[in-house]
Amino acid sequence: MGAQKKGATARVSEDPEELARNPLQAILLADSFATTFRPITLERPKVLLPLVNIPMIDYTLAWLESAGVEEVFVFCCAHSKQVIDYLESSQWSSQPNFSVATIESHNSISAGDALRLIYERNVIHGDFVLISGDTVSNMLLTQALQEHKERKKKDANAIMTMVVKQSKPSPITQQSRLGTDELFMAINPVTKQLLCYEDKAEYSKGFISLDKTLIADNPSIILHNDKQDCYIDICSQEVLSLFTDNFDYQHLRRHFVKGLLVDDIMGYKIFTHEIHSSYAARIDNFRSYDTISKDIIQRWTYPSVPDVLCGSTAIKVERQGTYRASDVTLSRSAHVGSFTFIGQGTKIGNDTKISHSVVGEGCTIGSNVTIEGSYIWNNVTIEDGCQLRHAIVCDGVIMKSGAVLQPGVILSFKVVVGQQFVVPAYSKVSLLQQPTQQDSDEELEYADSTSGTGELQSEKLNGDIAPDLSETASELGTGGVGYIWSVFEGVQDEEWRHSVAPIPTDKLVKLMLDEDEEQLTQDGNVLSASGELKADSDDNGSEDENNEDSRDDYVFFEKEVEATFLRAVHENVKVDHAVLEVNALRLSYNMASVDCAGAIFYSMMKLAVESPHSSASELHKNAAEMITKWQKLLKSFLHDIDEEIEVILKFEEMCLESAKEFAALFPQVLHLLYDKEILQEDAILRWADEKEGADESDKVFLKRSEKFIQWLKEAEEEDDDD
Amino acid sequence: MDFQVVVLAGGNSKNLTPLISKDVPKPLLPVANRPVLYYVLHQLRQSNLKDLIVVVEGEDAALHVGGWISKTFVDGLHVEIAAVPEDIGTAGALRAISHHLTAKDILVVSGDLVSDVPPGAVAATHRRHDAAVTAMLCSVPVSGSLESGSSGGKDKTRKPGRYNIIGLDPCKQFLLHIATGSEIEKDSRLQKHILHAVGQMEIRSDLMDAHMYAFKRSVLQEVLDQKDTFQSLKQDIVPYLVRSQLKSEALLNGISQAEENGNEKLSSPNNQVLVSKILANASTPSFHEPYSMEPDGSAQTRKTHKCCAYIASSSSYCVRLNSIQAFMDINRDVTGEADHLLSDNIIGPSPKLGTKTTVGPHCMLGEGSEMGDKCQVKRSVIGRHCRIGSHVKIVNSVVMNHVTIGDGCIIQGSVVCSNVQLQERVVLKDCLVGAGFVVTMGNEYKGESLARKEK
Repeated sequence: MGAQKKGATARVSEDPEELARNPLQAILLADSFATTFRPITLERPKVLLPLVNIPMIDYTLAWLESAGVEEVFVFCCAHSKQVIDYLESSQWSSQPNFSVATIESHNSISAGDALRLIYERNVIHGDFVLISGDTVSNMLLTQALQEHKERKKKDANAIMTMVVKQSKPSPITQQSRLGTDELFMAINPVTKQLLCYEDKAEYSKGFISLDKTLIADNPSIILHNDKQDCYIDICSQEVLSLFTDNFDYQHLRRHFVKGLLVDDIMGYKIFTHEIHSSYAARIDNFRSYDTISKDIIQRWTYPSVPDVLCGSTAIKVERQGTYRASDVTLSRSAHVGSFTFIGQGTKIGNDTKISHSVVGEGCTIGSNVTIEGSYIWNNVTIEDGCQLRHAIVCDGVIMKSGAVLQPGVILSFKVVVGQQFVVPAYSKVSLLQQPTQQDSDEELEYADSTSGTGELQSEKLNGDIAPDLSETASELGTGGVGYIWSVFEGVQDEEWRHSVAPIPTDKLVKLMLDEDEEQLTQDGNVLSASGELKADSDDNGSEDENNEDSRDDYVFFEKEVEATFLRAVHENVKVDHAVLEVNALRLSYNMASVDCAGAIFYSMMKLAVESPHSSASELHKNAAEMITKWQKLLKSFLHDIDEEIEVILKFEEMCLESAKEFAALFPQVLHLLYDKEILQEDAILRWADEKEGADESDKVFLKRSEKFIQWLKEAEEEDDDD
Repeated sequence: MDFQVVVLAGGNSKNLTPLISKDVPKPLLPVANRPVLYYVLHQLRQSNLKDLIVVVEGEDAALHVGGWISKTFVDGLHVEIAAVPEDIGTAGALRAISHHLTAKDILVVSGDLVSDVPPGAVAATHRRHDAAVTAMLCSVPVSGSLESGSSGGKDKTRKPGRYNIIGLDPCKQFLLHIATGSEIEKDSRLQKHILHAVGQMEIRSDLMDAHMYAFKRSVLQEVLDQKDTFQSLKQDIVPYLVRSQLKSEALLNGISQAEENGNEKLSSPNNQVLVSKILANASTPSFHEPYSMEPDGSAQTRKTHKCCAYIASSSSYCVRLNSIQAFMDINRDVTGEADHLLSDNIIGPSPKLGTKTTVGPHCMLGEGSEMGDKCQVKRSVIGRHCRIGSHVKIVNSVVMNHVTIGDGCIIQGSVVCSNVQLQERVVLKDCLVGAGFVVTMGNEYKGESLARKEK
């Protein structure tokens, strides 16, 4: 008893000592090891990009200081010199109780490399906060830190606490308001242990899989789709050594977190800490840049707001969330709307309207300019009559009069947009040429591991800024300077997801419809899941499910064939190639050539219906053209009569359901197919025979083509007579 | 209440041989001297649910059960007995009697449920949410003897097993996922679109589907008609309804009545507005989407139905009699910790006890039973009209009616069915003795199942 008590008091007295010995440390990664902010990050590191006119890293450092961190190691990789120079000249180098040290590396290509290097330096002596330099927060660390320490004391394997926050992704786009992909986390509601972490990268269709051992070990698990990862981690020292042990860990989440969750040999555990009323978010892409800027202007992040952070230049907050620096020259007729920031020394001309935007320092904005939801950095010149909507305009850009930026445009440093030039939506414009190494999709896939070197290369590029700019001037209109970066194929349709511009309505509509469709097709999958189950008990059942499955497959197959066919039409693919492609599809979906014939014919007719026509005769002409042009493709899948009959049946089905316009033309098209020798008369006659016994309702088309069939029969008889 | 109750009483069960026989079908298997079916019927009567259909497997069994019910529940209950063929499954049984179903909602209860959860509460939950299906969930029962002094091996069985994996919404009102049978041994696959709609789902493995469901009749009949391969309520129909709750139009497009109640429960009104706005703006829908359009061409939102859960409080008692172990447990509990189930207790005129015979707590002796001198009874149930000799020791056992036990017998952890004769100095440990069996003098059995050969 006595000994125990003594032990207890000893521990109590130890604790403050321990705390005193180890000042709270933080590792700040001043490189995102990603390419989302290109082309801007080719010239300036992401952490120095202005967020409501203050470099992002200042928000992070200000938070760390307020949260009681005493020692910060800033890890610089790409553009390390710029970061170091900035930090040296900033207020941070001279704080009394807050030391900022930089660690420079030129060959780290991932967060994993960075942490391995820091481990080698042996500067971290206890628990530390791991954060990247693009995080804005105002949360209190005390409680999370306390929880972490207590857990660690009880269980040495509890090495990390992740901060999460409520944020429900949009039901339509499946992404959060920060533009990050949806995230599924399984958390034990009692212990808050993280059991499963799945971002969209691991996409298994329609289902989330939970390991059975998790369920066995935890009587209750809460699976969250409504949480956002704040990328603020409280780590124990072991985390660094783990990165060193597992030299293949690169990405903090994808490799490290998932690696720990999967690996049950070492038994390391990760816990979560949910914040409710405070703010924490990371700028991951342009959309989060936009969202977080708005949050800052609306003061959700207080005290991380511009008027508090930069006390030196007096910034006044006016009504409706308008921030104005002291010496702004504003024309009397200019209108500055709500939630707008105007930086020092900026001049704004007559009748200019600015709303929901940030305008940096030393900008010159002419008359009759409209700026809406845009981010204009420092020393930008915008001449008269320009229009900007949801764009980011970097330092030193010149927009000549009448230029227009459509939503989602990014203008990198010192770009010049020519007179009256309209920059198309989602364009990224830079003085630097697009790095060619990025052209392959595969490269993009591993962007995380290559970006570091990419950014490094760009530093070299930085030296010799495009000497032959005059050549490309036409890309941005007369007098324009800069390259419009081409978007990689495949990413193009995803561009809107991470853009500063709000998601256009038609995209939402499309997504909704897609989702519906997906759910319908998913139904098959769902049933097949139970089919597996039933296979044990009931064979009939599973057979039935198989049928549903195969019907489902057919739907997919038909879509694929249609897509192939459309591509063949639009890109003038040779018929032989199209045949090959359809054949490949046939093999991969395990379909018969009957199905191919049906699907191709379906696609042809669908296209004929969809191409513009004003009358039935034009439609007939369309169909005739289509059939004439692609008869070879169709014929290569028509080997026997059954397949030809399938075509007729398919056509009948279309006339009834999807392409009713053809109903009137049924006999004509049938005749056409006969004339083109796509259908033999035997096929048509056998179809007629088969239909003879059907219901009245099924015979509509048979009746319509009665004449034609009669004619065929007579012709046949004549043949026989011969 | 416009609630019709279907009691699926069953008839034969392989799990319970040799306890049940032709003469004693499963519904009539005595638990603490009452047929197991009594407990369900009693609870239903308490909840004022009096319009019942009792479904029994097999004609003979139906006659037995019908006879007993008419004897016991003369007052108040309106009971129909329906006999269905054996081995057609729970869904098959419902299909067979579906023409009898007329009420708006149907409560389906398993006849082997021994529980103090009021069925009326389940029905009320169902009505309150206007759900398509409401399932009663209870805590997983702790199996095995509470006082595990007798054998150490039982400690293992006391670890709660897993019967279901259940997904609930944060308010624990809606059933979002359910896995039964062999599925729980696999990795769980949870549907993303349901998760998208609710945001977070709690996954519990410590709850059990107690096989008490309230269905909307129209939905139930639709599913029974359309999915004729479905055999089991628990394994097929309920999981199917849960899976398809956000896209029920695929299933229920034949039903014209208002089913579009569910969408607003899961998506906030804001989204609703957005969604309808978007749909209103939608141009012509594509070919593969006949479902999102009404026949008249007007746009509509997706139809959904609600699947609810009624979670019994952890203090309530709820066990299904579907194994020998459960039978032992229930007998023990009903005389012990859950003795409130026998509210109108029926311990008859005190049985005749010999001198120095002790009957411990948590015991029950049926009327007309006699015991000789120096007997010991602990934690056991003894039925009616048993004749028990002297120096008999009965521990942790169930002895049914009309059993004759000779002098000096020792019975531990065993079940002795009706009309069994145990001659002198028989020792039974962890045995099951089928009805009418005769154990000859001085025999010792351990862990065996003894039954008469069927003639």
